[in-house]
Order: sequence, then C-alpha cells, then structure tokens
Amino acid sequence: MLESYIRNRLNEKDILLMTHIVLGYPSFEDSLELIRVMVAAGVDLMELQIPFSEPTADGPIIVNANQRALESGATIKDCLSLAKKVVRIFDIPFLIMSYYNIPFIYGLKRFVAAMSSCGLRGAIIPDLPPEEGQEYLDKMKAYDLAPILIFSPATSFDRMRYITSFGRGFIYCVARKGVTGKNTDLSEELAAYLVKCRKATSLPLALGFGIKEKSDVDFLKGKTDIAVIGSQTIRMMEQKGIASVENFICSLR
Amino acid sequence: MMTEKGYYGEFGGAYIPEILVATFQQLVTAFNKAKADPVFWEEYENIMSTYSCRPTPLTFAENLTKYFAGPRIYIKREDLNHTGAHKANNVIGQGLLVKRMGKNRVIAETGAGQHGVATATMAAKFGFGCTIYMGEVDVDRQRPNVFWMERLGARVIPVRDGTRILKDAINEALRDWAGHMDDTHYVLGTACGAHPFPEMVSYFQSIIGQEARRQIMDREGRLPNRVYACVGGGSNALGVFSGFIDDPVELIGVEAGGKGLETGRHASRLASKDATPGVAQGYKTYFLQNNEGQMKETHSVAAGLDYIGVSPILASLREKKRVRFEAATDEEVLEAFSLTLEKEGLIPALESSHAFAQAFKEAPALGEDDIIIINQSGRGDKDIFTVADAFSDLEWIKFIQKKAEKYDA
Repeated sequence: MLESYIRNRLNEKDILLMTHIVLGYPSFEDSLELIRVMVAAGVDLMELQIPFSEPTADGPIIVNANQRALESGATIKDCLSLAKKVVRIFDIPFLIMSYYNIPFIYGLKRFVAAMSSCGLRGAIIPDLPPEEGQEYLDKMKAYDLAPILIFSPATSFDRMRYITSFGRGFIYCVARKGVTGKNTDLSEELAAYLVKCRKATSLPLALGFGIKEKSDVDFLKGKTDIAVIGSQTIRMMEQKGIASVENFICSLR
Repeated sequence: MMTEKGYYGEFGGAYIPEILVATFQQLVTAFNKAKADPVFWEEYENIMSTYSCRPTPLTFAENLTKYFAGPRIYIKREDLNHTGAHKANNVIGQGLLVKRMGKNRVIAETGAGQHGVATATMAAKFGFGCTIYMGEVDVDRQRPNVFWMERLGARVIPVRDGTRILKDAINEALRDWAGHMDDTHYVLGTACGAHPFPEMVSYFQSIIGQEARRQIMDREGRLPNRVYACVGGGSNALGVFSGFIDDPVELIGVEAGGKGLETGRHASRLASKDATPGVAQGYKTYFLQNNEGQMKETHSVAAGLDYIGVSPILASLREKKRVRFEAATDEEVLEAFSLTLEKEGLIPALESSHAFAQAFKEAPALGEDDIIIINQSGRGDKDIFTVADAFSDLEWIKFIQKKAEKYDA
C-alpha cells in the first residue's frame, strides 16, 4: 500500500523526493533513461504524465513537453506500456498524472484496470475535484489504487477535511497560486499553510510547484513528507542532458 | 433545466483545479445574489441602453423576403451594439459583477478579437486593469482588433502554445487566473467553461431573446416559425433562443462547416458526427477530438466559430431535440454574406453570415405566411481583410501594397 511504503521510507530518510516526467518527451527511449537516472539518484516515487493537448494546470516547461510528446506521436498505449516496463524494472512506486479527458475517453473502468495491471500505484488528476470524481474514486478504490487528491493555499480547512475523506496514499499540496514551474517563495506563510494541511489530514503530505534546489528541500524537511520536483528536472534535461539529472537530484538532499 | 452543480443533462459541470475552487464558489455566490436582486438587472439594462445600443432593432428584410418569395425575414441587429457584436452584453454584465466582487483586474481570451475589444472597452469604462490572451495565429490575422485593444489600454499577450488559436488563449487565461484570482476576474467570452459561466453568460445574453420576442409580437402579433443563430461557443444563439425556448418555435443553430463536413476541415461539434463527449477547459461537452482525447485542429473562415467545444447547454438542447443543428460551409457563407449586402445593405460578420446562409437554404421551402428571425450577432467590418482575400479584390490588394510601400520608404 502506498501510504505504508511512504511511512517506511520516512523511517530511513527525513524527506522523500518525488519527480515528474512527461512520457514520450523527448522520446520514450529518453523517458526510460530519465527514469533510470532518477531512480539511481535515489528518487522515492515518480509521477508519469500522460500528455494531453490542453494541460491547463501546467506552466510553460511542462506544456511544451506535453505538446512535443504529442507531436512525436505519443499514445496512451505507448505510455501504459512504458509504465508497465518501468514498474517491472525499478523498485519504487509509480503514479500516473494526467488530465481527466484521458481516462474519460479511454473508458474510466478500462483505464483504472490498465493502471492496476501495469502495477501502477495511483493517479493524480488535477482537473478532477472530488465533486466531479465519484465514479473515478469508486473505481480506484475497487482496484486498490490511490487517488492522490490536492490541497491548495486557497483551500479552506473544512474543504481540506472534505477532500481528505476521499484521499489515499498521500495528499499533494500545491505550494502557491499559479501553475507549475515558476518560483515559489519559501516563507512563513508556506510553513503555516503546511501546518494547516497537516492538521487537516492524517495522510502523508507532498509539496510541489517551484521546488528546485537543495535549500528548498531543506526548508521543507519536517514540514512535509515528500518534496516534488517537476519542471526543474525537465529544464535540467533540456539544458544539460539526461545524465545531468542524476547529479542534480543527488544534490538535493 | 440545470442542476445545482451546473449540469445540463450529462453536460456541463466544473472540472477545475483545486486552486480555483474557492474563486468559482465566490463567483457563483456573487452571481446568484445579483440575479436575485432586481436592481442589478435594472442597472444592467440601463447601462446597455445608454452605453451600448439596446434595445437593438428588429429589422424587416423586405428585399430578401421578396427575393426568396418565401417567409417574412426579420433580422435581430446585435451588430448595432457598442463594439459591433453581442459580446458587449456579456462583458458589461460581468463587469458589473466584478465591481460587486471588489476586483480590479480583468483577463479574457479572444479569437477574432471581438470579445477582447469588448472586454477592453468595459475595462476602460470601469477602470479595471486588462490583459487579453490571443493565439499568435489570430494576432497575425486580426491586427486591427489588437490595435484597438492596445489603444484601449489592454495588454495583449500572443499565445504561442498548442495550435495558437482560441482554445490555447483560454488555457493561458486560466493559467493567469490560477495565479491572480484575488484581484482578477476572468471574463470568459462565451457560454462554455466551468459552472457558472454557461449559465451566467446565457443570462446576460438572454436580453437578445427578450427583446426579439417583444419586437416580433409588436410587429406581427404572432411568433416566428423559426429562429436562426450561428454557433461558435453558443452565446448569441442561447441569447436569442432563450426568448422562444418555451414557445412552439423551431430553433436552428448553425455551425462552421468550413471546407465541408466530409473534409474534416470544419468546426461542427453538434451538426457533424465528428465530435464526441469529453472533458476539457473545465466542462463536459462535445469536443472535436481524436479517439485518445487529444483535441483536433478546427477550421472556419470565421475566427469566432473556430473552436473545439460548444456550450453544454446547447449540447443538452440537442439531446432533447429542442434545437436543430446545421452547418454552413465557408463558400455558402460568403455567398449569403454578399447577398445580404446587395439586397439589404447590411454587413453581417462572417460568423453571423452562417445563420443567414442556413436561413437562405431553407427559405424557398417556407410559405409566405411564415416568419423567420435571423440573429445578426455582429457586424462584418472587422472581416475586411478576410472578405477582400476571399473575393480577391484587386483594388484592395493594390491599396495594401501602396500602404506597405509608404511604411518601407
């Protein structure tokens, strides 16, 4: 179970790292290599994004990656078959990240069943609030997969309680307003927000959006269980190549 | 007709990222409060009659009526609104809400630029900061509207992601909103998007139908047989249809047939078999998408109809068979446009010309006692470049070349 994996891991490390890649960007071979490098660098869990043509919650770097992946012909089948492969090779949990239209068009039941048979552990769907996601939540439960739900700084405490009642695995806390890939101000305000998140849920917390260097991760130690590195590794790969990502991740903790 | 969560049958809803949930709740509350307050609609009507040109006339098209020897043809003149289209109805309504919510900045997407220009005028009038997102392709083909938006004090940001047209501008506006919702309202331009936008935009546009019904009853003492409107996102259609929705009147929505439905190069979501239900940009409706859920490229001679989705309210009205959907091709639209100019001296926008094209196809089969209304949602002056190209107007080309030489000198 995802939550107990996280708890066990936290007995050995003071903070876990989750990274994010866009499948098929720049190619599926590169995605595989990127995952290999990230696992070698000690990443604890990973989000695999299935590209979508309208990624409204993402910033420029991930938007561009989605678009390029689709232009080079990435399909859901390609994504799931790479997911299946990496689950077999690497001993960390993998999650799917995508927008709701992808499972909706694929067929919700078929999609959840496919995730399960690939050995994936859960999914993050940023445009599916629990109010709209009852069918998805039921299916995820039926297949023992974790629907990773989201808190934001604009979420009231009562709503956090409501959201967490549907969550499993961990809660993804968005660090700030805006989209992925921009700077986050690591402030007292952010710390207070994480205290509020902690109070609202008994699930482990992940914090993402704008985390890109060791001082960011250091700041988060003790405040959150998982630091999420998204756009920064893509930026690193684009600028310095896949091999540079390993050193970058090792430098984070 | 609508559930509490903003569903129309199986369409609609609010598929929004958590960061925007509270903002949407605030908007729903403000809108419901305004709707329940008679003073709000009064203020809205007052400003529309003094700042724009409401009530807009219902023009009897005597020459077209004679030409077809068919039904009595009436034209609802939304082109006479300030900024030349029904878009003014929506932006002024939302602008009044922005004032009530105490926000001081507005953002909007625009395709052809009409909604962008309308939003920029509203922002200037109400003293709001204003940023308009516009696909790079549209910026290139609609420079005059960009010029006016900037003159009006708006910042126009060309969007270079995706297909660089309307849908991409919507995505970018949503991203801006997710970062600046405290002081910013997103003035969505059509009856699409997450709840409450479909309901709210239709509510402001319902002023068209209210007037049209009153006007035809005054003139003819009876209801029309058919009402025609073009459908991009669907706001002008829902506006005029709303006046007749409970009457025995046939309602016809006309989509962009582009190069022809069989070519795949069109933007017909409800009149073609090419669209399927999906979820994107915050709502569930029919989208032109591939079998993996990736959105397709769309085509229309009219930039304002060139969109992948359609109002969830219209999707539901199609399921209920309350509205009939048809498509008019680029070629049919240009013909109808020319005929309207020649016979009536009216210049409909290319978007609106779709409604004319379908009405003209059907008119010969109707009787002389029948009455139809065509909604002229906007004026065609903005289409001068597109129309000149379509008719290969040699004098116009010479004019542009001379103008360009002057700048080079």
